[in-house]
Amino acid sequence: MFLIALFLYAPIITLIVLSFNSSKTRAKWGGFTTKWYVSLFKNDAIMSALFNTLLIALVASLVSTLIGTIACISIMNLRKKTRSLVMGVTNIPMLNAEIVTGISLMLLFISFNFRFGLGTILLSHITFCIPYVILSVMPRMAQLDPHTYEAALDLGAGPVYGYIKVVLPEIMPGITAGFLMAFTMSIDDFIITHFTKGAGVDTLSTKIYTEVKKGIKPEMYALSTIIFLTVLVLLLLVNYKPADRKKPAGKEQSA
Amino acid sequence: MSKTLIDLQNISKSFDGQLILDDLNLYIKENEFITLLGPSGCGKTTTLRIIGGFETPEKGKVIFDGEDITNLPPYKRQLNTVFQKYALFPHMNIKENIAFGLKIKGKTQNYIDDKIKYALKLVNLDGYENRMPDSLSGGQQQRIAIARAIVNEPKVLLLDEPLGALDLKLRQDMQYELIRLKNELGITFIYVTHDQEEALTMSDTIVVMNQGYIQQIGTPEKIYNEPENAFVADFIGDSNIIRSTMVRDKLVNILGVDFECVDTGFGTDKPVDVVIRPEDVILTEINPDDPKGKIQGVVSHLLFKGVHYEMEVQANGFEWHVQSTKCFPVGTLVSIDVDPFNIQIMNKPEFEDEEALKIDE
Amino acid sequence: MNKQKRYRKLLGTPYYLWSVFFIIIPLGMVFYYGLTNRNGSLTFENIAAITQPEHIKGLFLALGLSFLSTIICILLSYPLAMILSAMKVSTKSFVVFIFILPMWMNFLLRTMAWQTLLEKNGVINSILSFVGLPALKIINTPSAIVLGMVYNFLPFMVLPLYNCISKIDENVINAARDLGANSFKVFTKIILPLSVPGIISGITMVFIPALTTFVISKLLGGSKILLIGNVIEEEFTQASNWNLGSGLSIVLMIFIIISIIITNIFDKGGESNFL
Repeated sequence: MFLIALFLYAPIITLIVLSFNSSKTRAKWGGFTTKWYVSLFKNDAIMSALFNTLLIALVASLVSTLIGTIACISIMNLRKKTRSLVMGVTNIPMLNAEIVTGISLMLLFISFNFRFGLGTILLSHITFCIPYVILSVMPRMAQLDPHTYEAALDLGAGPVYGYIKVVLPEIMPGITAGFLMAFTMSIDDFIITHFTKGAGVDTLSTKIYTEVKKGIKPEMYALSTIIFLTVLVLLLLVNYKPADRKKPAGKEQSA
Repeated sequence: MSKTLIDLQNISKSFDGQLILDDLNLYIKENEFITLLGPSGCGKTTTLRIIGGFETPEKGKVIFDGEDITNLPPYKRQLNTVFQKYALFPHMNIKENIAFGLKIKGKTQNYIDDKIKYALKLVNLDGYENRMPDSLSGGQQQRIAIARAIVNEPKVLLLDEPLGALDLKLRQDMQYELIRLKNELGITFIYVTHDQEEALTMSDTIVVMNQGYIQQIGTPEKIYNEPENAFVADFIGDSNIIRSTMVRDKLVNILGVDFECVDTGFGTDKPVDVVIRPEDVILTEINPDDPKGKIQGVVSHLLFKGVHYEMEVQANGFEWHVQSTKCFPVGTLVSIDVDPFNIQIMNKPEFEDEEALKIDE
Repeated sequence: MNKQKRYRKLLGTPYYLWSVFFIIIPLGMVFYYGLTNRNGSLTFENIAAITQPEHIKGLFLALGLSFLSTIICILLSYPLAMILSAMKVSTKSFVVFIFILPMWMNFLLRTMAWQTLLEKNGVINSILSFVGLPALKIINTPSAIVLGMVYNFLPFMVLPLYNCISKIDENVINAARDLGANSFKVFTKIILPLSVPGIISGITMVFIPALTTFVISKLLGGSKILLIGNVIEEEFTQASNWNLGSGLSIVLMIFIIISIIITNIFDKGGESNFL
């Protein structure tokens, strides 16, 4: 258990330590410094890659959540055969190798004369994000008691009002989970972006890839440290919010 | 005589090519407690959903208070439904659940608050305003579902197997509760159930349905005492259904023995079905050396049921189902008799198929 | 109500159009390019090209390494998942958190970290030489690639397994004990069969990405070790031979489909869910 934790964290700890190492070679400890952080923030290429990454992740996850959720309403109402066909197609981007999805989209964009750039990355990201949204919204929809929606209509709610007031809050956890999953998938993606980005446009992942191929610069360690800490804080916030409500139960058990 | 409120005319409905309702005609009077009773798949819930507006019939019309509402969506109908398993909105508290319909109608906050109070009092749950649905027991959720429906002052309350998810004791309590509510509110209740006891206890009128057809409409007493066919007799309570021959008016031959009865108009020497309720079979112990009585038989099974004993008696090649407060141990030689007014004669179905419409539960 | 149902079905139109244009058509193009030559005439030579020595080597190496990684992942994950599901609720959520955390770190940075650790003058070797031990030569070997694969994909095996094992009703295990099964029997007869769906989805989530990766091999395997993923990537980004790249991709997809079919055969219940 401890060994596996060590295995998981040793690289990360190393990165953090090296980010404060003033010596350029990682073999030697040259004293504590924060200069790599300063030069990281002065590096325009990395900063614009960071901006691109966040922009793409936000837009792609919003669009895919919208399209995916609405699609779920439709899929639920399909006949069984059509539905399994649609779900089969939905599964393709998740089961297929990312490299194949990447090159297939690249071929599409080339054949239809798309201009490679942020736009093509965005289209690709939406494509692989929608299935994750559908996958997390669908079970919620299926669990839904069909009578609650009917009860809303029965009490005088129109179809749209009924959906917003009764169905939407019920499937909201699924939608949120789908959105978050889409967001992280988009942020973390390298392979598909690698094939669908144009020259000169970079996301954080593709930027790191080219940098690492050239030889790792200490700024990369600083970047890793910042990303790790951000993720840590975000996850702590997300995880401990619902835990607060359950606190009494948790305390009893640990006592 | 109160006026007709809902009139279903020639309603037909099928799902995936399977006919669920076939040319159904039914009228429901104001202030009536009417129960649609039948086994699952008989079309009773579909009938209710057509009245509620959740299904559109392929043929026929739904007339409500003189107006054709066949194609009116549910939210424009003056009736409310209490759903199977309650269908409370799980993300809203009790107050918000009950206020849902009133808010849509744009009622003032004062009016809504008063109504919530009134409704909660009516269902004996005052003080539950801020609870969440999942913190309530099944019976309590049921009452909230009723409260949520009745605050909208519907002319008709539709109840779709509302007690199905409750346990026996609670079910019986809720039956009294529903009768009380109906009397206090003075509105029409249309109730769907497969439980014949519920139907007999609560209804003014029972509609027995099977395979998309109405089998019999009548008061509980009439349905129980004078079932019109073997299906109704079999479905409502226990009964002995025996193939017999109508000798002439007021005389029927059951298992080779002539019995007096009160029915007329079945012709002479016609095959009929006879229904005899188990509690109407009179057993008398007889001396083996001196057999008398109309039909002799031997008790083959005996069960103690609290209020009465339940027995099976083998006699003249038929297994008689008998309930009696007296105990006759297994092996006892008994004679069987039935009072004339307890013999119910039914026309035999013309096709064997029709008789095969058995309860599929 | 029937009209409403029709409207609701129409709501899916954007997605249906999207998936035709961005899922089905692109896949069709892979097949089109893979089955034609540069002049556009039908040919199977791009698929047959898999038999060329460097390609077949890349494929077999990828198959071997990803298979090995998957096995290592199962062996590591199983005890872990069992320990996890036996834990108290309060500690459990903390430990699960510990396991998920690195997963949220950028995949390239994680792999880069291993490069830093394993390099000739890297951290591990510095420590080893400081203690006076001989240096390890792992970087740019297949072992480094396996290490990278296990590191990156281990959580994908632990989590489904853990989900599956923790859902096993404790009374089922108690019943087995009651009927005379010892711990070993309980494991082989109850826990193992019931956790098959977890293993299956774990395998799909580890094996396929490992089989098709080109990043891990590039960063940890150096430029000499080419997996099938690297071959395909280079056909597209450097050689610009899309026909050959697509042909090899078709071969890759065939292997993916085969692996899905094999896992589904083992998953008799057919209940595996992919997340």
